[in-house]
Amino acid sequence: MSDRGYPEAVADEFPAPPTEFTDREGRTVEVRPYEGTEAGYEALVEMYDAFDPADRAQGIPPGGEERIREWLDAILGDDCLNVIAWCGDEVAGHATLVPDEDAYELAIFVHQEYQRAGIGTHLIRGLLGHGQAEGIRKVWLTVERWNRAAVSLYKKIGFETSDAESFELEMGLRLNPDGGGEEAGEIENGGEPGAGDSGTDGG
Amino acid sequence: MKVLCGIGGSDDSFRALDRTVERAAVADDDLTVAVVENPDSSVEPDEIARRAESAIEEAALDAEVRLVEGDPGSRLVEIAETEGFEEIVLGGGHTSPMGKITIGSIAEFVLLNAKTSVTLVR
Repeated sequence: MSDRGYPEAVADEFPAPPTEFTDREGRTVEVRPYEGTEAGYEALVEMYDAFDPADRAQGIPPGGEERIREWLDAILGDDCLNVIAWCGDEVAGHATLVPDEDAYELAIFVHQEYQRAGIGTHLIRGLLGHGQAEGIRKVWLTVERWNRAAVSLYKKIGFETSDAESFELEMGLRLNPDGGGEEAGEIENGGEPGAGDSGTDGG
Repeated sequence: MKVLCGIGGSDDSFRALDRTVERAAVADDDLTVAVVENPDSSVEPDEIARRAESAIEEAALDAEVRLVEGDPGSRLVEIAETEGFEEIVLGGGHTSPMGKITIGSIAEFVLLNAKTSVTLVR
């Protein structure tokens, strides 16, 4: 799985969180790295517990609180980067980078109540800004072909298709040039959990 | 039931093998294990066949283990059709550290082209 393709060119600079904006419904949304607090963790569990199964992607988020917690424990680890979109005390969306060999896999999820309001774009840009600042070089993701909103969001961000021969499209992005930055798994400051392709609002 | 279990050496294929052998022992299935050439696997076919044989022996089952050369997906579909198999069993896919499941190219081909039922073992 280490033969994934990435664009030659390094992506533009993304804004590092925290960032704040007003979504298309007039709600104030703040994008912040996951802080590792209990309240933050529980708010995430709540978001995923209420997540519409129709927006699951390739098995995630899992169903049921117990499996959600197991999954979150794996992707909120110190070697992962996680960013959350907050609307007050409520989690509107979550995006994550999880190390896998020499790169990071990206996923982003926006709760159904907050979709189609521009939150996904801010959230993924915040995650990539966080990753860029942490020195991550390469990011990949898979997305179901029919999920056009997600595919167009990823393309707009700068992801390029690296494998179009399977059920899912595989896409890659270069965040930092080779030679600089850290290798996957060497992030020192920990990260925040992430979001998947389902539930992205496409803009 | 006449069952064809295709394994190529990936982790999920061994899971499928164990589960199919287990079930075959209970359901008295007529099981054949086809060891296919999976380009993504680093385990040699002979080693895969040995593992299959020991799983079958442990379950006290009478099942054939066959080495199958050529394109894995199309050979499995062909064997199932020409030899009257009723079901093809395969591994259920690779799970990334993120937790996302990706279905392998062999399973994709078999799912789309088989006339029999196909079971993907999770």
